[in-house]
Amino acid sequence: MDGRQRVRCYAIGFHYGRLRFFALLAAVFSTLPAAGEIPLAERRSGYEFMTRETRAMQDDDATGPALFSLLDGEALWKRNEGQAGVACASCHASMKGVAARYPKVESGRVVNLEQQISVCRTRRQKAPAWAYESRELLALTAYVARQSRGMPIAIEWSEATAPFLEAGRAAFNRRQGQLNLSCAQCHDDHWGRRLAGSVIPQAHPTGYPIYRLEWEALGSLERRLRNCMVGIRAETPAYGAPELVELELFLMWRARGMRLETPAVRP
Amino acid sequence: MARVVVNVPASAKRGQVIEIRTLAGHAMETGFRRTQTGELIPRDIITQLVCTYNGVEVFRAELHPAMAANPLITFTTVATESGTLELRWTGDNGYAVTQSASITVV
Repeated sequence: MDGRQRVRCYAIGFHYGRLRFFALLAAVFSTLPAAGEIPLAERRSGYEFMTRETRAMQDDDATGPALFSLLDGEALWKRNEGQAGVACASCHASMKGVAARYPKVESGRVVNLEQQISVCRTRRQKAPAWAYESRELLALTAYVARQSRGMPIAIEWSEATAPFLEAGRAAFNRRQGQLNLSCAQCHDDHWGRRLAGSVIPQAHPTGYPIYRLEWEALGSLERRLRNCMVGIRAETPAYGAPELVELELFLMWRARGMRLETPAVRP
Repeated sequence: MARVVVNVPASAKRGQVIEIRTLAGHAMETGFRRTQTGELIPRDIITQLVCTYNGVEVFRAELHPAMAANPLITFTTVATESGTLELRWTGDNGYAVTQSASITVV
């Protein structure tokens, strides 16, 4: 008797837990009013939502987890590549401030930093482009973006960027996936609250490529965006797809003026 | 690529507690994961870190499969005399890296 009783209690507890989870989701996403876009002065980097320990990892330049990638990136920067036999360093001196201006609109299409590196590799170095999320591409991107650390993000809403920014904003506000959620519902309306155990940040891409502890590796903003899309059970665009890059551009504009932290550490 | 960085203060007062930080670039493959075709990926981890201070062992750590990739280990010791701190990382598949750092004690 006693044993059976205990089993039943467990079963009720289980259903109660599930009910509570859905009730929580419903409470978070239906009853509260939409807050709209975050005022400029209230924007906060993901860094401010992290624990003291994770912040310490990011602040530690001497033994930070992205250190080896940065060293790899430096080596790749100086290495002669491709049929042209030239290195990045043969043409470029400093890349200071460059990462703060990407994604960039060039001849009618929007290009992110990784894609620009691939363009340089194929056109100037006559070398095959690296695959998205490959160790080399991430390392070189991190090395380039590191030089803009501390600089304000400089994406402007201009005639050239406007159509792409509009498309990115529409994607940010569009409900999608089986959970029927938009980016804005979490990151504009409910930042600072918790989704399961994690704090919802404001989604400012201030430190990409990031070293994410969950990945135990460096990863791009596109990887992070695709992650979120899997989370809301939406279809994920391929790496480099225009809709992803437009969303990246919009997020960078949304974080305009905020300081770059590359390579940031995120949980 | 077996790479390790060791961060030790260049100088310290005698008797001072010093912090040693060391980061190893390592994938720390647990041995529990499988490929898409179901084959087990063999374990490949760092198993041990030993730190000696002028030949005397001052710190030892055993690492297990639950350790994250690129492990960062921070520990402290007392600065007794000028000399060398030698950190020896060993692991699966013959992984062995030794890195030393010198310290001046005044």
